[in-house]
Amino acid sequence: MLLSQLKKGEKAVIKNFDIQLIPLKFIELGGLPENLVELVQVAPLGCPMHFIINDTRIVIRKEMAKLIEVEKL
Amino acid sequence: MSTPLHTVLAGNPNTGKTSLFNILTGLHQKTGNYPGITVDKKQGTFHLENGQKVNIIDLPGTYSLNPTSIDESVATKYLLEKNPDLVIVVTEAENLKRNLLLFTQIKDLGLRALLVINMSDRIEPKGISINIEDLEKKLETKIVLTSTRKNTGISDLKNAISDYESLSEKAVYAEDISSYKKWLSETYGAGFIEISDQKKQSQIKKEQHQETVQRYQFVKSVLTDNYTIDKSKATNFDSKLDRVLTHKFLGYFIFFGILLLMFQAIFAWSEPFMNFIDEGFSGLSEFIAGLMPEGKLNDLISQGIIPGIGGIVIFIPQIAILFTFIAILEETGYMSRVVFLMDKIMRKFGLSGKSVVPLISGNACAIPAIMATRNIEDWKERLITILVTPFTVCSARLPVYIILIALIVPEQTVFGFINIQALALLGMYLLGIAFALISSMILSKIIKMKNKSYFVIEMPSYKMPLFKNVFYIVLEKTKAFVFNAGKIILAVSIVLWFLASHGGKTFENAEEIISSKYQNTEISEEKFQAEIASFQIENSYIGMMGKTIEPVIKPLGYDWKIGIAIITSFAAREVFVGTLATIYSVEDPEDEGTIKSRMEAATFTDTGEKVFTLGTGVSLLLFYAIALQCAATVAIVRRETNSWKWTIIQLIGMGVLAYLFAFLGYTLFK
Repeated sequence: MLLSQLKKGEKAVIKNFDIQLIPLKFIELGGLPENLVELVQVAPLGCPMHFIINDTRIVIRKEMAKLIEVEKL
Repeated sequence: MSTPLHTVLAGNPNTGKTSLFNILTGLHQKTGNYPGITVDKKQGTFHLENGQKVNIIDLPGTYSLNPTSIDESVATKYLLEKNPDLVIVVTEAENLKRNLLLFTQIKDLGLRALLVINMSDRIEPKGISINIEDLEKKLETKIVLTSTRKNTGISDLKNAISDYESLSEKAVYAEDISSYKKWLSETYGAGFIEISDQKKQSQIKKEQHQETVQRYQFVKSVLTDNYTIDKSKATNFDSKLDRVLTHKFLGYFIFFGILLLMFQAIFAWSEPFMNFIDEGFSGLSEFIAGLMPEGKLNDLISQGIIPGIGGIVIFIPQIAILFTFIAILEETGYMSRVVFLMDKIMRKFGLSGKSVVPLISGNACAIPAIMATRNIEDWKERLITILVTPFTVCSARLPVYIILIALIVPEQTVFGFINIQALALLGMYLLGIAFALISSMILSKIIKMKNKSYFVIEMPSYKMPLFKNVFYIVLEKTKAFVFNAGKIILAVSIVLWFLASHGGKTFENAEEIISSKYQNTEISEEKFQAEIASFQIENSYIGMMGKTIEPVIKPLGYDWKIGIAIITSFAAREVFVGTLATIYSVEDPEDEGTIKSRMEAATFTDTGEKVFTLGTGVSLLLFYAIALQCAATVAIVRRETNSWKWTIIQLIGMGVLAYLFAFLGYTLFK
């Protein structure tokens, strides 16, 4: 499934993404394959999304979350 | 005396790096620029116990040495080229893994690096345990625990700094220092400069990604067994607070409440200070004028330079209050929540959640607001934010609005308590925001630019703001305003003074011309002097300019006197009121009335009709709401966009729009 399809409170493991489309900053903040990710909250209009990855709270837009494959736990 | 140590502070954002800098240097700090770019360079000095002097530079916060913005690139460039004696890498206890990514990169440059683990007061409550000794061995460094919040560990840090020569210069992850440096210097530009060779850029990106992933694996292996977090002990304070502050209704409600409080502060609390400054400077002008012998130098100082400086200083209270608010909101971590709440809404207008801060700041002054657009990663969103920010009602527009509204809107209340003049002023604010949002919507459709739409922000944990940090931010921003905008406003004021007090032959011979005109008539000395002054203004260079543009501004309901005021407004908009005051007072010094009553009485020279009718008033309000009459903003836009094209498009675009709306307003209401 895709990171964007996660529901609030659900956890997943990052699997794969196209490195050409994902900014380096996402990886630097901990968005690496095999890392655990939890959806904390979605902003009122459905975007952006607030995750905890690698003990860091980060916010990305839904379009980007659609580019990241995860495996739900 | 030995030469001072050359040290730098590096670290991720939100680690307390700048707090540490403030504690170490106190007031011995200043802000300059890195050569060639406009990124702030914070540097300071302090002394070690043995008397050794230390120079320290606070590099911009960055997550890695692969920068994605100009600000971040400064850190990489500095570390690659300057060879400091010691790099102090500030990390935080709760997020050591992420922080060590940067630390290992810096170590691999072959620099002596000290590892500071800040926020050590959170180690116990968060259930963290760290094996310092083993980490020091594996990372070839010395570790110092500090808490900038509790002010602990600072003397340990200073001792470690004096012992810097014992630190190793070995790499920890890279196999070879010089090949890592070579690779970094060839690739670090790729993230923030568009490289024309697409294939090369994507190759570099791939390398950077791989390097980061592998480096992370190394960091993970170093931390295994040496760093553990007992999750059960962690209290989830942040999540609880987030539930309220980013709630779908309550979140917005709280945000607008804070905005309201902020505007109340900017306008109501600053008023006594502004009045004090205003009176102080006009008093000073009079004092100097009386002190010095009459002549050109006296005029230049008392009518050009002092009012020019006064025109800058008067904004300091509002700017200081604005930045106090913004600094507190940033320090607490709340600003990132605002970005989160507002991003989707702002994107409907082609802006970013990060455009909120510039648009709020614009309500005090566009200059710091435009500088605050720097953290918007997406260039298109940033450009649009820069282009529309000057529509927000900066405080220089206020005096103009207030006097015009007083002239055309009756002082009445509706429903018994709502003052309709206040309502009109509120309307002007809403109009400013509406213009900003509508134009960004249009611009986002017109501007063809690859929209990368990339947006990754860290939500820092909530913290109580530190007074010291807020104080230094306010001090620094206010200073930057005074020196950046101030220079331009002062220069333009002096030029305008020159144009208003010099003219051609007719100007020089004003006295003779007027005395020959009144040869056979009785006239008081006062009236005679006033006639000369009025004649001089009309025939000064600026009067000629006013007359030249009169045919153009006639359809808007203005005469050449208003034309002069519009030209002088280019120094700063509020000069409008002062200019008209000067023109009308020299015409009729007998009238002791206020500027308002003088403006009310003003008539067109040819027709004798009143100048400030409803039509002219509405037209002027619209003109001042829209036109970009601010030399300092033009200069800052040129600097921040690095392009004359966008600067000129903005200046002319806003000018044409202002003209059209003012014309429409005049035609409808005359």
